[in-house]
Amino acid sequence: MADASANPYVAVSGLRVSARRPDGSDFDIVSDIDFSLARGEVLALIGESGSGKTTIALAMLGHARNGAAITGGSIRVGDVDLASLGAADLRALRGNRICYVAQSAAAAFNPARTIMDQAIEAALVHGLMSRAEAEAKAVGLFGELGLPRPESIGRKYPHQFSGGQLQRLMAAMALMSDPDLIILDEPTTALDVTTQIGVLQAFRNVVRRRGTTAIYVSHDLAVVAQMADHILVLQQGHIVEAGRAARMIEAPEQDYTRTLMAAAHPAPSVPERGPAADVPLLEVRGVTAGYGRIDAAGHPAIPVLRDVSLSLQRGQTLGVIGESGSGKSTLARAISGLLPPARGQVLLDGAPLPPGLKGRTRDDFRRVQIVFQNADVALNPAQSVRQILKRPLAFYHGLRGAAADARIAELLDLIRLPATIGDRRCTELSGGQKQRVNLARALAANPDIILCDEVTSALDTVVGAAILDLLADLRRDLGIGMIFISHDISTVRAICDDILVLYHGHAVEQGPRDTFAEALHHPYTRLLVSSVPELRIGWLPDAGSAPPLPPVDESGNAADLCPFLARCDTRVAGLCDASFPPRHRLPTGNEILCHFADEKLLPFARGNMGAA
Amino acid sequence: MAASPDAPNNGGRRLALMILGRIGASFVTLILVALVVFVISSLLPGDAAQEALGQSATAEQIAALRQEMGLDRPAYERFATWAWGMVGGDAGQSLVANMPVGDIISERLPNSLLLAALTTLVAVPLALGIGIASAMNRDGRLDRALNIVTLSMVALPEFLVATLAVLVFSVQLQWLPSIALVPEEAGVAELLKALAMPVAALAVVVMAQMARMTRAAIIDQLDRPYVEMAVLKGFSARRIIITHVLPNSVGPIFNAIALSLSYLLGGAIIVETIFNYPGLASLMVNAVTSRDMPLLQACAMIFCAVYLALMLIADVAAILANPRLRNQ
Repeated sequence: MADASANPYVAVSGLRVSARRPDGSDFDIVSDIDFSLARGEVLALIGESGSGKTTIALAMLGHARNGAAITGGSIRVGDVDLASLGAADLRALRGNRICYVAQSAAAAFNPARTIMDQAIEAALVHGLMSRAEAEAKAVGLFGELGLPRPESIGRKYPHQFSGGQLQRLMAAMALMSDPDLIILDEPTTALDVTTQIGVLQAFRNVVRRRGTTAIYVSHDLAVVAQMADHILVLQQGHIVEAGRAARMIEAPEQDYTRTLMAAAHPAPSVPERGPAADVPLLEVRGVTAGYGRIDAAGHPAIPVLRDVSLSLQRGQTLGVIGESGSGKSTLARAISGLLPPARGQVLLDGAPLPPGLKGRTRDDFRRVQIVFQNADVALNPAQSVRQILKRPLAFYHGLRGAAADARIAELLDLIRLPATIGDRRCTELSGGQKQRVNLARALAANPDIILCDEVTSALDTVVGAAILDLLADLRRDLGIGMIFISHDISTVRAICDDILVLYHGHAVEQGPRDTFAEALHHPYTRLLVSSVPELRIGWLPDAGSAPPLPPVDESGNAADLCPFLARCDTRVAGLCDASFPPRHRLPTGNEILCHFADEKLLPFARGNMGAA
Repeated sequence: MAASPDAPNNGGRRLALMILGRIGASFVTLILVALVVFVISSLLPGDAAQEALGQSATAEQIAALRQEMGLDRPAYERFATWAWGMVGGDAGQSLVANMPVGDIISERLPNSLLLAALTTLVAVPLALGIGIASAMNRDGRLDRALNIVTLSMVALPEFLVATLAVLVFSVQLQWLPSIALVPEEAGVAELLKALAMPVAALAVVVMAQMARMTRAAIIDQLDRPYVEMAVLKGFSARRIIITHVLPNSVGPIFNAIALSLSYLLGGAIIVETIFNYPGLASLMVNAVTSRDMPLLQACAMIFCAVYLALMLIADVAAILANPRLRNQ
């Protein structure tokens, strides 16, 4: 399929992986999979969850997950057919000639053993080299993948690394045996965009330099456009379309491929902004929140949010964006009262809310509702959809019996699910349906404000786009104010009126959505925007095109300086490392936390690449 | 970056502080247990004087003996005297045997420890083996067979096991003695022969729990992504279990072992009775019957201290096995 040359290095034909249902019947997870790949080429497998892309990736190692088995076809790598090998022969190939980079490196490293131990274990077990040779090679690979202090990091344990570093370490581990084929299974999906870009560069570098043959699994077309020579689109276990990367991106032939591309970049769907009321629906004034003991000055021992202010009008959506650990979820917890702020106030219709849950009335609860990221965990798996929705109806509105049933039917209609779903347990629903029920549970309260915490992050792009449409309709029809928390700036730009950028708990930039299309921004916002992969080949700049930033003198008290100092390419010695930045208003109207407010903030020639 | 500078010394100090704190808390626990045992046994009808003299004794005789034993003093005073003696290392005088409690205990304690140690040596490796074998063959035939075996072990009362063993091996086959009385100058072979049945009966009781917890702790890890990663690095099942899974299962496994082993001193009462073995558990039961308070208290203290020590060892082992806790 994928440009079969006369003698491809990897050739898969008629691959079928089947599993057994609880009732004993068999079904195919993937079937009729054919592709081939020349030495040194990268093939991307693209599809939503359930498309079978990971199943195919694992089959390339002769592995099928519990309950499944490779039941047909051939998987030829070099001159062996993996489908016909026995267990011992497969073991000899895995971690040796064919290596695997797992989706979540944080979970795929053994927490109880050191990095070096794990990195060299396969090379030792397969008898490829001595321990001393293996350790020297690992140190070299750590350096090649851009990891800090390569000589000593091997002694550390996985929990001492960040997600981006672990992903690089896992790639180093896979390259230890100079494999013929390397399988990368969504290796950057769990990372922040600013981290992802550095990891992608590191991967592409080593793959190109070594001429490694690779299969790259992803759900993100824009990411694979930077890596792959060939793209293969999968849907429900079948190949939809395959071809050279450039052709697939520029002229996709199948509707499904086009749907995937469209969903990756949601079109803006923001209604006209109404006149602003004198008193905003929600106002947050100088909120500082965190964990641990609160000192006399009102600073918690572990501050997460620092002096954040925002306001939200009825019927509008405020997007809160930032990377993991920036305090996004803590902001939702502080507004809802789950985590009482150490300082500052939350005002609803101009009246201050009690800081914690204690003291808030039932009506206060009703008016502010949270929708959590993970519907799997937020919904009680033992209850039916009807039971889940009944509870808030009885609690907030005293609705019971027929009245409650009528309201449940209305709610299900509102979230566009059939009424028959009420009797099913949420464990039987798909991810998108579950998230809709999760949303309906919040809507059952008739809230004034919904705090949406990463509600589409765990969903496939196509399913997530449908949820975004639903949210846009709800706020238009019901006039609900919404705070939409996300790490994905393209989503936030598509559905929000105003945007607040959080970095290490500080609001580094806030303003209306339209100004985010302009060039003048806080350096962190600029980094964030420029890190979102674009759906064109050659978007990803080569690593090393930007000179590394000089290290920051860390002797000063970092808490009193700009939070972004260490990663900022605009910083000026003597100013940025001397005092905390003031709040400036940009000509575009955005408020930023920076020493500058002029053309110095425009993008430099220097690539704005963040280190992972 | 979540990395923190390596600070093993810091971790070591924290661990030492934790152990000291736990030992301190153990003393508080011991005092509370002593108090509870004292209060509950004073609620029992009758006292040591009454029990010693029997029903035919006159009120004057009992009163005289009470005075001699010091039982006429108020309860708080008796407890304070006893507690003060314990602090000085003196467990007091047995009311019934009329000899120091320390002497009685030092005669029995080695017997109990010997029985517990032998049982541990038999039960722990067997239990770990069964647990690991079941986990590796999860839902397979071996797992199901072992499952039935361990469940039957839990379900069978130990007196039934012990009695059946005596019937078969002592009465029918006449291989083993039915009474586990070890002569002073017995050789190892004789010792093992005498203790074979008591050890087996006790091992049956404690093994099942350990084996099932081991199986659960390992299975809990088997679905983790790092195990699949190890499979995809081409490692054998044995290597994966030993070098990847076990280091992560040490915490729960050690806890199960400690809980089971703590049963071996006090819980051996039935086995001690059936085989007429002179251990601590039967001593304690006798002390209750004869209302011999100092002896009863001393036994309770030993059982409680052993339990607390085992729990502490299990927790420390769990911390040492987990780098996240070790180097916090």
